[in-house]
Amino acid sequence: MQPVTLIRPRSGWVPLDLRELWAYRELLYFLVLRDVMVRYKQTVLGAAWAVLQPVLTMVVFSLFFGKLAKIPSDGVPYPIWSYAALVPWTLFAGALMQASNSLVGGQNLIKKVYFPRLALPIAATLAGLVDFLIAFIVLLVMMAGFGITPTIQLLWLPALVLLALVTALGVALWLSALNVQFRDIKHTLPFLIQLWLFITPIAYPSSIVPEQYRPLLALNPMAGVVEGFRWALLGTDTAPGLMVGISSLVALLLLIGGAFYFRRMEKSFADVV
Amino acid sequence: MGDVAIRVEGLGKRYRIGGRRRVGRTFRETVTESMTAPFRRAKAVLSGEPLNADPDTELWALRNLSFELKKGEVLGVIGRNGAGKSTLLKLLSRITDPTEGVAEIHGRLGSLLEVGTGFHPELSGRENIYLNGAILGMGRREIDRKLDEIVAFAEVERFIETPVKHYSSGMYLRLAFAVAAHLETEVLLVDEVLAVGDAQFQRRCLGKMEDLSRRGRTVLFVSHNLGAVQRLCNSVLVLGSGELLAREDPASAVSRYLGMGAEQASILENPLDDAAVSVRRLSLLADGEPVNGPVEPGSVLEVVAEYDVHQSIDGLLLGFDLLSGNGDAVFRTYDQEVAGLDRKPGSYRSTLRLPLDWLRSMPYRLDLVVAHHRHRWLCRGDIGFSFSVYRPPQDDVHLAGVVRLVDGWDHQTLEP
Repeated sequence: MQPVTLIRPRSGWVPLDLRELWAYRELLYFLVLRDVMVRYKQTVLGAAWAVLQPVLTMVVFSLFFGKLAKIPSDGVPYPIWSYAALVPWTLFAGALMQASNSLVGGQNLIKKVYFPRLALPIAATLAGLVDFLIAFIVLLVMMAGFGITPTIQLLWLPALVLLALVTALGVALWLSALNVQFRDIKHTLPFLIQLWLFITPIAYPSSIVPEQYRPLLALNPMAGVVEGFRWALLGTDTAPGLMVGISSLVALLLLIGGAFYFRRMEKSFADVV
Repeated sequence: MGDVAIRVEGLGKRYRIGGRRRVGRTFRETVTESMTAPFRRAKAVLSGEPLNADPDTELWALRNLSFELKKGEVLGVIGRNGAGKSTLLKLLSRITDPTEGVAEIHGRLGSLLEVGTGFHPELSGRENIYLNGAILGMGRREIDRKLDEIVAFAEVERFIETPVKHYSSGMYLRLAFAVAAHLETEVLLVDEVLAVGDAQFQRRCLGKMEDLSRRGRTVLFVSHNLGAVQRLCNSVLVLGSGELLAREDPASAVSRYLGMGAEQASILENPLDDAAVSVRRLSLLADGEPVNGPVEPGSVLEVVAEYDVHQSIDGLLLGFDLLSGNGDAVFRTYDQEVAGLDRKPGSYRSTLRLPLDWLRSMPYRLDLVVAHHRHRWLCRGDIGFSFSVYRPPQDDVHLAGVVRLVDGWDHQTLEP
C-alpha cells in the first residue's frame, strides 16, 4: 500500500507526530554527525575547546570563590567540586545555545526541503554530548588526582545527563521557535545563560540557601542536575531526591509545552524565517 | 482513484507583503507599531479611508488551483516570475502550509527544489552524500547501495575524501546533482535544477530526467527551459499571477507562454523626459509592423528611438541592452556607432536592426539605455520591450546558452 500524504491548512494546536520523527531518525543521526564533525574544523585547538571552557571557569571560580571568598564546598576540594558542576552545566549551556539558534542557522534547509522541524533543535542538543564526554573524562582524571573514588551512585549519571538535555531542549524549543520571528532571542541568549549560571548552585552549594526555600531552588532543573552530579560522583551528602524530582517535573513540563508550541508555530517557519 | 499520483483541489496560498513587520521583526518594532497604531487609525479616520483596511497588503501567490496528475506522467509547470510556480512546489513538498484547499500525494514524495541542500563545505564529498541523501529522504542503506554509482556519475572518485570547499564549482554541482538524481521516490517534484552548470552538465541532467520519466516515475517539473519542458513533459500547466491559465499539450503551452510577453505595448510614447534629452517615441517593429505575439525567426526586428536633444551635448550614448529571458546580458549597443558622440539640439531617429536567426526560442528583453558619457545615466533598465522568438521545437535543439550559432559548421566525410 502506497503512503498517501494529505496537504491541507492547519490551524491551532497540532499533534506532535512522534512517529514521523522516528521515521526520520537517520536524518537526525546525520545532522548530529554533521554538527559534531564540523564544530572544531579549522580550529587550532580542536576538541581541546570542549575542555578549556569548563576548566578555565573552574580555575577562576576556585581562585575567587573558593580561595578568596572561602565559599564552602560540602567538604570536597573546591576545584573538583565546582568542576563536577561545570561539566553538566557546559553541556546544558552549549545545547541551549546551539538548539535555540538551530532553526535560524538551518533556514536554508527549512526553506528548501521538508522534514520534521523538531529534528533541528534535537540534533543540536544531542551534538553537545561529544564535548560532554571529553570534559567528563577530564573530570574522572581529576578525581583520580584528588584521590576520590566514585561510588555506585555513579549509575544515576545517565539519568542526570538526560535531565540536563531535556531541560535544554525544553527551553530551546520555545526559544528556537520564537527566534524565527524575533531575532532578539539571539541577542538575549548569552545574557539569559549567564543569569541562569548564577541562579544555579555551581559556584556555591545549595546548602547556603535556607532549608525552606530549597524546593524553590529546584524549580530550576539545572539545580537538581548539578547537585545530583556532585552527589553521584563526589559522594557529597546532598542526596538530591526531592530536588531532582521537582526538577524532572519542571523539565518535563517545559519539554512538552515547548514541543506543542513548536509544532504550532512550525507551519509558518518557512515563510517567516 | 488507483492511478492518481497527485490530486490538487482549490489550493491557495496567501502571503502578507509590505509586511517587513512580520519578517524577523524585533520586539522594539512590535512595540513601536502598537504605540503608533492608534495614531495611524486616527489619521485613517480623518482622511476618510476605510477603517478596517488591513495595512498589510495581502497577496495570493496561488489561488484556486486544481489538477490531477496520473501515475507515470510528467507534468511541466511554466509561467513568469511571480506566477506561483515556486509556491506550488513549496506547498506540494510540504515546506509551507496552504491557506486553503487540499492536495493529496499518493506514493513516496521526493522534492528537488535546489541541488546540494544542506551541503556543508567542511565535510568531505562522501560525508555530504550521506548528509544530503538523508535530507532528501534516503535511508542510510539506500545510500550505501548507491554510493559508488553516485560517485561515478559525479566523476569525483579521486576527491571523495576531500572537503567540498576545495571542489571546483563544476565538481560541486555534479556531486549535488548526482545525489539528487539517485533519489528513487515514486513522485518527484523538480524545480529548475537544470538551470545551473555548464552546457554539458545540463545535457546530462536532462538525460537523467528523461531516464526517470521513462522508468515510470511521476514528475512535476517547473522550468524556464522551454526546450526541456517540450521534450520531457506529457502536459503543461501554464500559471499566471497565481492562477491556472491553461493545462494543455507542451507545444500549445509554450506558445501561449511566449505570447504572454507580447500582450504589452510595442510602442511607447514619451518614455523618457529629461532636461537634456527626451525620447518621444520608442517602437518595436517586426517587418515594419508593431510586434504582436511571438516573432518568427525569418522576420527582421527593428527598434526605433525618436528623440529630441534640447542642448548641445558632447558624448551622448543612446542605445539598447539585449537581455535573455533569465536576465543575462547578451549585448549593449549605442547609436554612436553610426551617429558619433556629439549632438546639436534637434530631433533624431535611430533604428537598431536586429536579425533573429541567431536568437533562441525564448523570451528576450530590450532595454533602453541613455547616458551622458562620463557624466550620468539618464535611463538604464526600466524602459523597454519584452519579446519572444518562436520556432518549432524540432528546430531548436540548442539547450544551452542565450544565443544560437548560425552557420558556424563545416563538415566533410573523409573516408566512406
